[in-house]
Amino acid sequence: MDLTIIIFLLGGLFLGWSLGANDAANVFGTAVGTRMVQFKTAALVCSVFVILGAIISGAGTTETLGKLGAINALPGAFAACVAAGLSVYIMTKFGLPVSTTQAIVGAIVGWNIYTGSSINIKILFTILSTWVLCPVIAALIAMLFFVLTKQILRKSNWHLLRLDAYTRTALLLAGAFGAYSLGANNIANVMGVFVPISPFTDIHLMNVFTFSSKEQLFLLGGIAIAVGVFTYSKKVMFTVGNDLLKLSPPAAFIVVIAHSIVLFLFASQGISNFLHSINLPAIPLVPVSSSQAVVGAVIGIGILKRGKEVQWDIAGKIAIGWFLLPVIAALISLVILFVLQNIFNQAVSF
Amino acid sequence: MFSFKTKSLFGQTKQLEKEIDQFVDILSEVGLLFKSIVLAYLNSGITDKFDEMVKQVSEMESRADKITKEVERTLYEETLIPDARSDVLRLLEHLDEIIGMYQGNCYHFSIQKPDFPKEFQDDLIKLSETVVSCVESLCLTVRSFFRDIKSVRDHAHKVTFYEKESDKQFSSLARKIFDSELTLDKKMHLRYFVEKIDRICDQAEDIADEIQIYAIKRSI
Repeated sequence: MDLTIIIFLLGGLFLGWSLGANDAANVFGTAVGTRMVQFKTAALVCSVFVILGAIISGAGTTETLGKLGAINALPGAFAACVAAGLSVYIMTKFGLPVSTTQAIVGAIVGWNIYTGSSINIKILFTILSTWVLCPVIAALIAMLFFVLTKQILRKSNWHLLRLDAYTRTALLLAGAFGAYSLGANNIANVMGVFVPISPFTDIHLMNVFTFSSKEQLFLLGGIAIAVGVFTYSKKVMFTVGNDLLKLSPPAAFIVVIAHSIVLFLFASQGISNFLHSINLPAIPLVPVSSSQAVVGAVIGIGILKRGKEVQWDIAGKIAIGWFLLPVIAALISLVILFVLQNIFNQAVSF
Repeated sequence: MFSFKTKSLFGQTKQLEKEIDQFVDILSEVGLLFKSIVLAYLNSGITDKFDEMVKQVSEMESRADKITKEVERTLYEETLIPDARSDVLRLLEHLDEIIGMYQGNCYHFSIQKPDFPKEFQDDLIKLSETVVSCVESLCLTVRSFFRDIKSVRDHAHKVTFYEKESDKQFSSLARKIFDSELTLDKKMHLRYFVEKIDRICDQAEDIADEIQIYAIKRSI
């Protein structure tokens, strides 16, 4: 493989690494931070399931991003990834619960503007609506699970220690589901822009199994996320577990499961098809923000606890992020594309 | 390297549940034994039966200590119930203090051999019965804290009720003692015993209050 291709792919891998470092904390942060699950166990489960989710169910959201703007040159994809990564970094510096999704969408729109490609307004509107829907649905699911869990705990009379053991197991299972959903939903952010210009070729194993070039890209992206989980997420997990969310272990489970369901809903082709078959509006397969799903779930629980744990300041910051992050990503994308084209003489589109 | 301790986690959990139940059983049994010890002392003074029962209390106290240490070790080594661990350990230590108070009272009877005149004996028996009922209610409060959190308040309320009863009985008995014809040194000696027994209820009420706070912390 050409060295230039590897260098350009590194942009996506960097984005994958930062996704693993930050978003794994949304899945296992409370469990690890409160020492309910060991970091090593969490990191292993998270990595395996992120990769599985990316390869098995990552296609749907990638297709949607592709419809927004099919970047057709590797330097263009590289620019989009670096712009997304940088804008996420900038927003993180300001303490905003950012989303790589919003960043990559902004960056793709930036590429569309720079290259004069048309923007699919319908797809853009669908994606924008899911940004609002994601925390709202997460809040509703968390509220439902909160009421159910409370009822179960009231009726079950489990010993405190047995409840602890059940909660640990539930956190681990919910975390595995969350990691799978994260991989399925967010792999599009990391590798989506490279799909139309994948440098890989399909691998056929004994005419039984085909490992497509897209799946190879997703595997690579999944591995990058896993490396991010192992190398940098520990600190973030302890921060999320101890500072951001002061939740009891059962409430932590509710947050993780609500987050996981939301990510899964927006990534599952099966559920979308099923809803369509019974004449209900199909769920758009769009990469959504796991951070915002978590905050939405916490707010949902907070509302049921009469506002005691509602983090309204973070809710406000999310709303600011909806507008600011894509704009910043688009602007950075424009600058990088200009530099690549005019200084490094790279074709950013064909 | 990576530890999936699901099986051993549930095994340990069962073992710890058993140990905590045993600890509360000991607290309850020591109370019943204490009631028998007071009765035996007032009826026959220091006898072999009395000594045997005091020895049993000591053995139970040692067993309770062992359980506390074992629970403490397991909770910390296996990082179980991280959010409630310190509360549970503090609770066990405070309950252990009640067992120690029972044991201390038995030893005081055995060593100091207080001379309770007949006229005070019924009141002393009533007081010790109230104290034991108070600790029995505390045992139920403790068991509720672990298994049935919504009942904590009901049992804790009974602990408070018995504590007030015990205060009334203590005041009445102390008044009777000081109104009697006994010499001041004897009066003070008897008051010391009555006060020591009544203090068990105060400790029980403090623990019941603590448990109510722990129960609020345990709500999701």
